[in-house]
This record gives sequence, C-alpha cells and structure tokens, in this order.
Amino acid sequence: MSFDFAAVVSATPYLLQGLLFSVELTLVAMIGGMLLGTFMAIIRHMGVPVASEAVRAYVTLMRSIPLILVLFWFFFLVPLLLGHLTPAGHSIPLGPRFTAFITFTLFESAYYAEIVRAGLKAIDKGQYEGAKALGLSTSSMYSSVVVPQVLRATAPIIVSQTIILFQDTALVYVLSLTDFLGAAAKIAQRDSKLVEFYSTVAVVYLLICSIGSELSERFRKKQGQRSSNGRLERAKRMFGLARL
Amino acid sequence: MQVLFDQAADGGTYLGWLMSGLFWTLLLWFVSGVLAFAIGIGVGAARTVRHLPLRIAARLYVQVFRNVPLLVQMFLWYFVLPEVIPTTWGSAIKQIAPPWASFYPAVAGLSLYTASRIAEQVRAGVNSLSDGQRKAADALGLTAFQTYVLVLLPQALRITIPTLTSEALGLLKNTSVALTIGLLEITARAAQINEFTFRTFDAFASATILYLLIALVLHQVAFQVERILRIPGTSPNNTSRK
Repeated sequence: MSFDFAAVVSATPYLLQGLLFSVELTLVAMIGGMLLGTFMAIIRHMGVPVASEAVRAYVTLMRSIPLILVLFWFFFLVPLLLGHLTPAGHSIPLGPRFTAFITFTLFESAYYAEIVRAGLKAIDKGQYEGAKALGLSTSSMYSSVVVPQVLRATAPIIVSQTIILFQDTALVYVLSLTDFLGAAAKIAQRDSKLVEFYSTVAVVYLLICSIGSELSERFRKKQGQRSSNGRLERAKRMFGLARL
Repeated sequence: MQVLFDQAADGGTYLGWLMSGLFWTLLLWFVSGVLAFAIGIGVGAARTVRHLPLRIAARLYVQVFRNVPLLVQMFLWYFVLPEVIPTTWGSAIKQIAPPWASFYPAVAGLSLYTASRIAEQVRAGVNSLSDGQRKAADALGLTAFQTYVLVLLPQALRITIPTLTSEALGLLKNTSVALTIGLLEITARAAQINEFTFRTFDAFASATILYLLIALVLHQVAFQVERILRIPGTSPNNTSRK
C-alpha cells in the first residue's frame, strides 16, 4: 500500500474547520467550566448548608461516570424533559452541537471545581484573616484576594486539565459531530483512506497536546522556584488530583 | 425500571443485555488494568534510571501515548494497524470474530494510554524517595535491576497508591470509549436499550447506577489496600490534625 498524502492535503480546509470546532468547544467548556467550577468550589469551601452537599454529590457523580454516558444523558434525556415542562408536550431536540457545549461545560466544571477547591485549601489562612481584618466583604475576599492567588497557584493543573478536555472533545464523535476527528472520519470513510486520515489526526493531536504539556511543565517549573507548593501538593494528594 | 425485565429482541431480557455489557466492561477493565500497571511501572522506572538512552525512550513513550486522544489511539489499533502490517497478518487480524475483534484493539489502546499516565505517577514516586536509598543500594553492591525491584519500587508504589486508585477509576470510565469500535459494554448496551424501548431514563439510569456501584466497590477496596500498605509515618492525612 502507499500513503496517499495528496488526499489529506486536498481535504485540509474541511479538516481545519473541524479543528476549529474542537478548539471552540474546548474554549467554551474551559471558560464556562472554570466559572461554574470556581463558584461550586467556593460554595463547598464556605460550607453553605444544603448547597455544599448538593455540589459534593454533583461532583462525585460527574467524576464517577464516563463522559460518553453523560453525553448520551444530555442528548436523549434533556429534550424529553424540556418537552414535559412546556405545554407542547412533545420532545424538543437540542441538536448535537448545543448538547456538546452544554455537556462539556457541565462535565468539566466538576473537575475544575475539585482543582480550585484544592487551591482554596492550600492558600495560607493568613490571607483569609487579612482580608477579614481589612473589613472586606466575603465576596470581595474571594474575588480580589483568594481566587486570584488560587488561579496562579493552580495554573499548571488547570492547563493539564484543559489538555485532557481538548483530547476528550474527540468523543463528540459519538454524536456524529464534525469536530477534527469527525471531519477526518467522514472523509476517510468516503474515500476509503482510513490509514492516511487517522494517522494525520494522531500526529496533529500529538503536536498540539505536546505544546500544551510543555506549557504546563513550564508553569510548574516556574512555581517550583517559588514557595508554598508543598501545601498545594498535599491538598492535591488528598483530593486524588495528583495525577494531573 | 420495569423495562429491564421485558423480553428483548434476541429472546433474553434487557437486564441480560446490561449484564453482558457489565461483563465486557469488567473484563476490559481488568485485562487493560493489569497490562497498564505492568507497562506503566516499567516505563516509569525507566524514566528515572541513570542510563540516558533508556530514559529518553521512556520519555518518548509517555510523550506519544499521553498526547494522542484515547479514541484516536483506539482507531489506530482498530482501523489502521491491520492495513499497515504485512497483508497476511492484516487479514489474519480481520478474521477475528466480532466481540474479540473490538476487544483486542480496545485493550491495546486502553492499556498503552493508561500506562503512560501510570508511568508518570511511578516516576514521581521514585523521585520523591530520598537520594540515600539509591546510594545505600549502590553501597550494598546491588545491581541497577535489584535496586529498583528490591529497594526503590516497593517504596515508590506504596506512596503512589492513592493516585493509582484514581487511575484505576479513570480506566474504568475510559472503557466506555471502546463502544466507538463496536464493543458492547455497559454504555453501548444502555444506548441500545434506549433505541429498542425508548425508555431513555431507565436505560441510562441503570448504566449510571452500575458505574457508581463499581466505583464504590473500588473505593472500598482501595481504602483497605491503602490502610494495609501505608508506610508508617508517611500518611498525607497527618497534616489534617494540626
């Protein structure tokens, strides 16, 4: 057999379009997931009575079941639920694209929440006390004192988690969406060029994710020079996050 | 959940479908898990040796297998491998009967991917040991192999048990990716039941409960193992007391 590189080259615009969707999905899920995750982490950290338990259950559930199953939940069940809630009575399909955005944001928020929570625990108690002593309200204590420090301290883990998220976006394949892998799979099957397209996809993912890992490693090294890391390492270990 | 006891298209019950899915998930989990740990420990140890070429090879392994999405890796094993090896071998692979034809590529993909992650944990474990351990082993005249098997790895692995537990859980969840190459594990069975019965909630709730149960059992087992194998005085929970 021969490697037909020309077929891949001629499909480049379509593949790039797919890649663009993968990146878009990653960015939306990262930003949405970080916002929601930080919010949930603060709720748990403050120990808000009922909400804190609800967040805990949500995070545990999301972290215990496969992403594909969550995608199916949202793809099939949410339209039915919406149908029940509206007077029309019939199911309202969300469409795979919208499902993907919602699912990834909600799913990733659980992971980001655990990272931020580990960070909140690792911050020196004096920071909280200092903010209180200055008379800051709880919301400004978190938003202008604690969270900025947490984000800096957890930056390497957040980048690692985002690389995992980027890799996971390939799973939208099960909803037949045209992300990078989906685009390649469609043309590969049309032209019977599985070898060429799948190996190209693998190499491109390898390049992008390697750059990401390198970035995460740089952050980590930079922080290694600063102090306060033992504390974060300990908190990470307690939450089983060290694998990040 | 009544639907689980209804008769399915193949004469059995939907519960039977789900149980068959459970069987494949567990089998895939176990086989890939054992392989991943074996490879991961080897590669992780290789990343910390003094011999430079071995260290570079291990580093490359981790780089490649960790940075390509698992789904893509499975596609490579399933679609691409039979095409790029000599034709006779390729057609021999294509002759394999259905469940196994997806099972082997799934095992290859899952174990090699997970091994790259375990290798990083093992490396961190070995590096966290005091330098004196290696020096003492040298002083005793142990070979490099003996140093790892008798001195470094037993300690490193005991330190890394908590993170290895979360790898095992991650592996369990990743088994569902095998449905993309046609293995009928739990998630695939749930989707199938949904397709046949339109009882969407029942189908996916059953699958979710199964995953939660397995995770619960895993946590209990891991907790006991951790307790038994903990190196006295190194518990990370000590810090919570102050």
